Amino acid sequence: MMHTLFADSFATLGRLDNVTLVMVFHPQYLESFLKTQHYLLQMDGPLPLHYRHYIGIMAAARHQCSYLVNLHVNDFLHVGGDPKWLNGLENAPQKLQNLGELNKMLAHRPWLITKEHIEQLLKTEENSWSLAELIHAVVLLTHYHSLASFTFGCGISPEIDCEGGHTFRPPSVSNYCICDITNGYHGVDENHASPAGSIPTTESVCEVEALMEKMKQLQECRDEEEASQEEMATRFEREKRESMFVCSSEDEESAPARDVSRHFEDTSYGYKDFSRHGMHVPTFRVQDYSWEDHGYSLVNRLYPDVGQLLDEKFHIAYNLTYNTMAMHKDVDTSMLRRAIWNYIHCMFGIRYDDYDYGEINQLLDRSFKVYIKTVVCTPEKTTKRMYDSFWRQFEHSEKVHVNLLLVEARMQAELLYALRAITRYMT
Amino acid sequence: MEKMARVTTALGGNTITGRTMFCHLDAPANAISVCRDAAQVVVAGRNIFKIYSIEEDQFVEKLNLRVGRKPSLNFSCADVVWHQMDENLLATAATNGVVVTWNLGKPSRNKQDQLFTEHKRTVNKVCFHPTEVYMLLSGSQDGYMKCFDLRKKDSVSTFSGQSESVRDVQFSIRDYFTFAATFENGNVQLWDIRRPDRYERMFTAHNGPVFCCDWHPEDRGWLATGGRDKMVKVWDMNTTRAKEIYCVQTIASVARVKWRPECKHHIATCSMMVDHNIYVWDVRRPFIPSAMFEEHKDVTTGIVWRHLHDPYFLLSGSKDSTLYQHIFKDASQPIDRANPEGLCYSLYGDLAFAAKESLISSDSNRKPYIGDRRHPIFFKRKLDPTEQFEYISSSSALSVFETDVESGSMDWFVHTAKQYALAGRPLAELCDHNAKVAKGLDRNQVAQTWTMLRIIYSSLGTVSSANLNHSIGKGSTTLPLMNSFNLKDIPSGLGSESRLDRSKGESRTENILMDSSSTLINNEDNEETEGSDVPADYLLGDVEGDEDDLYMMDHENPHAEEQEYSLPQEAFPLRHEIVDNPSALDHLQDKADSPHVSGNEAETVSLTPVESFSLISISHSLYENRLPSDFFNPIVRDTLLFYAEQGDVQTAVSVLIVLGDRIRKEIDEQTQEHWYTSYIDLLQRFQLWNISNEVIKLSTCRAINCLNQASTTLHINCSNCKRPMSNRGWICDRCRQCASMCAVCHHVVKGLFVWCQGCSHGGHLQHIMKWLETSSHCPAGCGHLCEYT
Repeated sequence: MMHTLFADSFATLGRLDNVTLVMVFHPQYLESFLKTQHYLLQMDGPLPLHYRHYIGIMAAARHQCSYLVNLHVNDFLHVGGDPKWLNGLENAPQKLQNLGELNKMLAHRPWLITKEHIEQLLKTEENSWSLAELIHAVVLLTHYHSLASFTFGCGISPEIDCEGGHTFRPPSVSNYCICDITNGYHGVDENHASPAGSIPTTESVCEVEALMEKMKQLQECRDEEEASQEEMATRFEREKRESMFVCSSEDEESAPARDVSRHFEDTSYGYKDFSRHGMHVPTFRVQDYSWEDHGYSLVNRLYPDVGQLLDEKFHIAYNLTYNTMAMHKDVDTSMLRRAIWNYIHCMFGIRYDDYDYGEINQLLDRSFKVYIKTVVCTPEKTTKRMYDSFWRQFEHSEKVHVNLLLVEARMQAELLYALRAITRYMT
Repeated sequence: MEKMARVTTALGGNTITGRTMFCHLDAPANAISVCRDAAQVVVAGRNIFKIYSIEEDQFVEKLNLRVGRKPSLNFSCADVVWHQMDENLLATAATNGVVVTWNLGKPSRNKQDQLFTEHKRTVNKVCFHPTEVYMLLSGSQDGYMKCFDLRKKDSVSTFSGQSESVRDVQFSIRDYFTFAATFENGNVQLWDIRRPDRYERMFTAHNGPVFCCDWHPEDRGWLATGGRDKMVKVWDMNTTRAKEIYCVQTIASVARVKWRPECKHHIATCSMMVDHNIYVWDVRRPFIPSAMFEEHKDVTTGIVWRHLHDPYFLLSGSKDSTLYQHIFKDASQPIDRANPEGLCYSLYGDLAFAAKESLISSDSNRKPYIGDRRHPIFFKRKLDPTEQFEYISSSSALSVFETDVESGSMDWFVHTAKQYALAGRPLAELCDHNAKVAKGLDRNQVAQTWTMLRIIYSSLGTVSSANLNHSIGKGSTTLPLMNSFNLKDIPSGLGSESRLDRSKGESRTENILMDSSSTLINNEDNEETEGSDVPADYLLGDVEGDEDDLYMMDHENPHAEEQEYSLPQEAFPLRHEIVDNPSALDHLQDKADSPHVSGNEAETVSLTPVESFSLISISHSLYENRLPSDFFNPIVRDTLLFYAEQGDVQTAVSVLIVLGDRIRKEIDEQTQEHWYTSYIDLLQRFQLWNISNEVIKLSTCRAINCLNQASTTLHINCSNCKRPMSNRGWICDRCRQCASMCAVCHHVVKGLFVWCQGCSHGGHLQHIMKWLETSSHCPAGCGHLCEYT
């Protein structure tokens, strides 16, 4: 399975990038991921090839992800893109410049996207977008935003041949030796350089046990405990609010490398928590606009087959489980996975009516929340310490699994906001 | 609402009257349900839960069920259903997973009756048993269906679908114990209410979620399902295997389906996204809705027929916060706007025409087809007895007009396509060949065209020598132009010289007037400007006789006509040749734009009249011939346009290919593309695949060239297990065997595999080729006499 995936990946990309090498912890997902990415970048679609790569660069640059930027600069030039564009967004065609605003919002504050923004892009003039192109662009943007999260979240180190990537910033968490995975050595039990993993402290052993205990409790007492509706609502609000204050204590300053920052203007525009700045954002009810019912149909209508591919990818990511937790086998992790997924959506203001947000508080401890929040909202600030400090007993593959959940949940959240705006524009 | 009709229907005792009308709700609706007596409707949504009474002219709000100070998620309804037995009883499915029942008979303001909080996820659907008062069924996102007895506090039984989220549950109307459930993964399950352990039957109905289902009110075996894949399917459940009997393809994912009462084949649908209209389909006629309601401005979320036995009133609620009553009279009927005529040519020029019968009959009174000038003359109408009438539900008529046997025959097309030479030889030869082909088929005009093209675009020398030979050999020249050649005593060297200089006829005149040394100079000049690599002395040494001339032509033309040649084709070219050869282009442009050339031209033009000979009168006609060949481009273009206009796109495309860059710029890309596609289409309809491929390859249009590059994947099955081999062509993932071994070297063939169609042994292309050079038997030793050609 792994080798065929590698072969396919190599055949389509012409290289075996480090993202693939890390994702192969979960081959089932990787297959779907590669298929989608291949379709988005290479197959029939409304946008010309160099546009696709350039949009990828724009999106990755929003998170100062030099790894992805470099990768796509190569591809961009390879498909005949104009090197001048790489000097900055202002050198790209007006059409792409118009997309900058959407890119910015999508990456940091997707809930601000309104149908007016869509209107702006689609209004008939020389540099306008068509609906199909826009969908393609939106899918690409969200794909690369979330891939940037993955890159930082797993500490993907730069490709050997990508210079500049080396000097941009020290690779933050990249610890498991890529070579071992390539050699077909799937032994993740041996943690290569993770100090926390190799010294199991009693405390961290308890961590896993405690987590499992909580899950069991929640499962059992669910029926008895009947929180009132108001209580549920406040729990969501509280979680939403709290998620804002979950901030990494180690706010290390990393000056964005120049070669990356030139692809986007307005570096100051970052993830802003909702109400901290006095903005009240209405809660997005997933029951009113869900991916399965609405998003899928819209995407598939305007960009055939992509809806199907994304649907499959979300599905695999959401349902992926090996029924293990650290050293324990046969554990039903659905509750934990759902908590992570919903927590991420909660950070974006997306609410599930049928979810008790109290569960999140019980299942996700603070260091984990810090990690999630950082990776999803400000991936460039992720550090190795954060990666190490959450879930110390867990395998690397499990942490990568968490990252997959983060990636997909984030992508879906962004997509939902963008697609809802497009739907509103269309009606 | 332009035409509002008032409709009255009598149904047994009570009468339903009304018109198309609507009222504004305060919030988007998620679902609606109607009371048994068809006088009240309940609307439920995230922020709305109200009962309206349906009056003659309007909806009147009767009751707001959202009471209480604090908004509760229990009021946030995903679905609502009104009991068909008890008009005081309602049930709602809340988005937070609660199933609530409401008793309108309660004296207090809060009508909430029971609260079932057993589902863990959103409840998508609730459904009352059609005949049992206390039985309620719910289906939820968590994958469970629960059956409640309203007299008890908890569910009676729980059904686990063992697959994904439940999207819809519906009790069968006739079978007391049966209900159907639809799932997000595309499955439909049938359950017996008494057996919660296992479903009775399951089948995959759709690709992607099945959003809704509805049992046919009369026919007990029919179940309609609608899914995200934009299909509405009708299943016959009477057989052991659910059989799909009808399928309607809509334009958006199907959110609700509802059979129309009293109309066996009619079904109403609405969509979840993008499309806001409500359609009523006749399932037997799945391509066009029989009625359409277009009032809503956002997606329709709930539809319900107002009365169980009344097919004319439809109620609908929508995200645009309106509640509508539609009556059938006001429905728009797409069939009226549809174009019921169909027209198609057959390969051999027969014309089939289908139209509404009314149109046909009115026409046939006038007998308009006979001598109708609008039709090409060679189509004549078949006699009436042979005209076939086909009655579909709208009774269209189909007429077939056959062509005359003699004029309709397309043999010429096939022969021409097969025999034309389009590339690989010098232009003159191609033209000659094609002219001969055309002549052989009695297409004199086309033959003439080819001949003229040769004269225009081939150099004088070639023309003259070829024509000389031709005229001598056959003695039958048709063009006066050639006579002038014969009249004129051309120095034998001229032919060869001018061949170099194909595009500038003028310099020849100059040469005639100059002595041989100046010819040499001129030659050298030309060589320099054109970069020809033919050595000058070779040229000079060969200016002797006709024989040498011909010899020269053969050897020299490859230089002059370089762009005519395509590379020898390998058996399996791995890449497409790049057709737009920039060097060839440059070469041409050099010729045209070189200042030296133009100077030369000017010189000759000014020179000749001064030196005027007695020959002038003759050479005058020659003159035109010696104009730059560009001069004729407009005429050639018009010729091509003429042929294309005449329907002979074959000639147009063939000329286009043969002339290549000479004419390409004269005709705009789109027209060329159009011609190419038409010609390729024709070729393919005649199954002339090779020729069509050749045309595609030779075409210079980017869009046409691409045709060859689409769908180039070849799928193969493993020779052992007969399953598709997904990853690599040479090893099967399933049976772990190498599928294709070379019979010669016994290694796995990873590249090109060639095999005998007789004994199915084969191997590496090279190996088999080599083997069969020396042996005629199969290398595998099976004794088959293989052939390799």
